Amino acid sequence: MSQFLPDYIVTYLPDAIQLIYLIATAFFIRGLKLLGSPATARKGNQLAATGMLIGIIVTLFDQQIVSFEWIIAGVLIGSLIGIILAKKVAMTAMPELVAVFNGFGGGASALVAWGELSKFADPSVMGNSSLVTTGLSIFIGSLTLTGSFVAFGKLKGFISGNAITFPGLNFINIASMIGVVVLIGVFTYDPANQTVFWIILSLSLLIGITSVIPIGGADMPVVISLLNSYSGLAASMAGFVLGNNLLIVSGALVGAAGLILTQIMCKAMNRSLFNVVFGSFGGDSSSGQVSGSDGDKTVRETSATDLAIQVAYASKVVIVPGYGLAVAQAQHIIKEVATKLEERGVQVKYGIHPVAGRMPGHMNVLLAEADVPYDQLYDMDQINPEFASTDVVLVIGANDVVNPMAKTSPGSPIYGMPILNVDEAKRTIVFKRSLSFGYAGIDNPLFYTEKNQMFFGDAKKSLQALNEALNDV
Amino acid sequence: MSILIFSLFIFVLACFIGFELISKVPPTLHTPLMSGANAISGITIVGALIVTGGEGGLLTQILGVAAIIFATINVVGGFMVTDRMLEMFKKKGDDK
Repeated sequence: MSQFLPDYIVTYLPDAIQLIYLIATAFFIRGLKLLGSPATARKGNQLAATGMLIGIIVTLFDQQIVSFEWIIAGVLIGSLIGIILAKKVAMTAMPELVAVFNGFGGGASALVAWGELSKFADPSVMGNSSLVTTGLSIFIGSLTLTGSFVAFGKLKGFISGNAITFPGLNFINIASMIGVVVLIGVFTYDPANQTVFWIILSLSLLIGITSVIPIGGADMPVVISLLNSYSGLAASMAGFVLGNNLLIVSGALVGAAGLILTQIMCKAMNRSLFNVVFGSFGGDSSSGQVSGSDGDKTVRETSATDLAIQVAYASKVVIVPGYGLAVAQAQHIIKEVATKLEERGVQVKYGIHPVAGRMPGHMNVLLAEADVPYDQLYDMDQINPEFASTDVVLVIGANDVVNPMAKTSPGSPIYGMPILNVDEAKRTIVFKRSLSFGYAGIDNPLFYTEKNQMFFGDAKKSLQALNEALNDV
Repeated sequence: MSILIFSLFIFVLACFIGFELISKVPPTLHTPLMSGANAISGITIVGALIVTGGEGGLLTQILGVAAIIFATINVVGGFMVTDRMLEMFKKKGDDK
């Protein structure tokens, strides 16, 4: 739009654009900071979005931009698709959506670098550093694109959530990555060589697929977070190609922040990043051998009326929700039960395991959707010391995260995983369809303790029954 | 100092800021934070605008428009869905 401005302004335009980019960057940094606390997170996101808008508008004044028809068309189409996806998605499908958005972001960076390259009849005039970063941008961007879509497919169930692998796959992946890096070197030396360019592009797309395929469905959140970090890096590399500071800085911010977040998530899931990427563990089917003790396995059952009395006269109740709660669409009804208990003066808290839901923090979003205030949600470290003083714990749709075998039996596949110590409470109630095994495919000794009672049936129906029974207490 | 070295400087410094920003985030916010950070990585839309709006042949135009569409989906969808999630986060006693 610079052509519409008078000359004396155009003279200062490049510097002005850079300064406004600096402001946009400040918005991103402040926004990311505010995103770290529940009270300010929404403002942080809005601040970052404002920074983005500022960045986009000021770029339109860049003197390199001379035509707008294609830009308007592209922005309209993209916005429309983005709005529809963001509005329509169910909160339970959040992991898939983040994967898709991330894939598009990575793909865009690869396309930007390729687009810039395509402007030059003789690419060698771009200079060595631009050619290297062009190659890197295409490499990282492309693998983010295909990797994210494989992650999406696994979460959606289009691709088996099990770890699909064969001996030597890790070796092939590492060899391919080294191969691409070498080819980027060749490309920098001889950028006019079309064959090298196409091999880099196709190999990068392929690496995205082959490096995510062997990772199990349960680890997808970590993979998406890692790919998110990559897409930031790809944007940064595209910034190097175009000599654009806003891209370099923002991309680096996301790249670094994404990496840290990935690490935090791994820690919460008791997995190392290396294990996730190369370990081929964490399938989503609950097959597998079960080795339980053949001791006394009697369970005690409870009914809605009985349970209503227990919780109504308790002084402290902790609710431990798992993904089963969300599958049964029972978040709203649990909120109703909690409200009724609070009206009676019962203290109600929610104990959230870091991996409750389908990605870290997902359960918090699902409960927030049912209007559960976030200050009633307690992290594992906060709630664990409280169980000893809790009268009744309601375990709904969760299993492995309350399995004491994680602490007691070193041979168990979940041994070492941090769990919620519900067995310290005076009474535990487990809402469950049957005595089937959990995600990890192992039995849960909690069910057979004297303090535990089972409430068999569909979580939503059971809670509805409890809710009604509470009216008569 | 060449432009490349200067760019490397700000790249590395920005990485350190990114590391520091996310050091302590409660698990409650992992999902929205991931989604919000993801939206920021759509900044590549700025690059897409520069490539598409400039002089270039048909191939450049096609690649540029595709980049704009992809990046806009990332930016618009990402910020909107993050806002949708965070809108629901309420403290006890907050108005609906």
